[in-house]
Amino acid sequence: MGSEAAKSDNYAEYWACSPALESRGKVLVTNPPEPEMQLDFTIEAKDYIKTGRASSEIKLFLKKLGVNPDVLRRVAVACYEAEINVTAHSNGGTVQALIYQDYILAIFEDKGPGIEDIEQAMIPGFSTADELAREMGFGAGLGLPNIKKNSDLLYIKSAVGINTYLAVIILFEDKQDV
Amino acid sequence: MKFKEIAKLLEAEVFSTDEQMEREISCAFGSDLISDILMCTKEPTLLLTGLTNPQVIRLADMIDILGIVFVRGKKPTQELIEMANERDLPMISTAFTLYKSSGILYNNGLRSCKI
Repeated sequence: MGSEAAKSDNYAEYWACSPALESRGKVLVTNPPEPEMQLDFTIEAKDYIKTGRASSEIKLFLKKLGVNPDVLRRVAVACYEAEINVTAHSNGGTVQALIYQDYILAIFEDKGPGIEDIEQAMIPGFSTADELAREMGFGAGLGLPNIKKNSDLLYIKSAVGINTYLAVIILFEDKQDV
Repeated sequence: MKFKEIAKLLEAEVFSTDEQMEREISCAFGSDLISDILMCTKEPTLLLTGLTNPQVIRLADMIDILGIVFVRGKKPTQELIEMANERDLPMISTAFTLYKSSGILYNNGLRSCKI
């Protein structure tokens, strides 16, 4: 998977994209077409009891549509890690699951405080999780790497002091080795 | 190996029905980190863990967990037992450590899950 990071004065961006999406990936994220179906959820900050519900429901919904089990697992893992990130690190946010014929685009938007250094956050084992999160079994520093590993496209845009926007695309065709 | 045999080997307390304990288990994974568990499990597996918060059960919504062994004497709360029942997820609790439990099961032929 190719990846690139960019930084402007106000925000930082991170792109990682599988070869299958190289040509159309950016357009699908920056200017998403009208989805066939859409699910919306809010994610509360520090609510370690409820977090994961949105990801469960997204997975269940796709399961009913007949999406294959390996793809379901990748969607569930990527969404769950992103949902936990919003719970553990932000002031709360939302997830929109946009479902198309051959892929899902899940967009996680929070209310800040943004990611200080995205490149650093992508390093397996790096974590800023607090004691509470660690007690719950989170904070392994594998959240973003796990999302990248299980998705066909990962886009992060974050402005320190403002917010973070994270989008993942997972194609519904079976991918043997992730 | 049946889940009830695992319970016997680990001298465990059982929180599930006899029928659930008949479940066949072919491999296992052990960790106290949610992300590790998510990253490493690619086939239906038994989970050994010291975590007893609701997110452990939530994991079973994401990946195929056949059953849970709580180690180091950790016991599930009533809330957890109810969540597990809703998902038909059998659970046992052993006083043994994660290391000792894993060693016993491995020596008795329960292989590691594919990672």
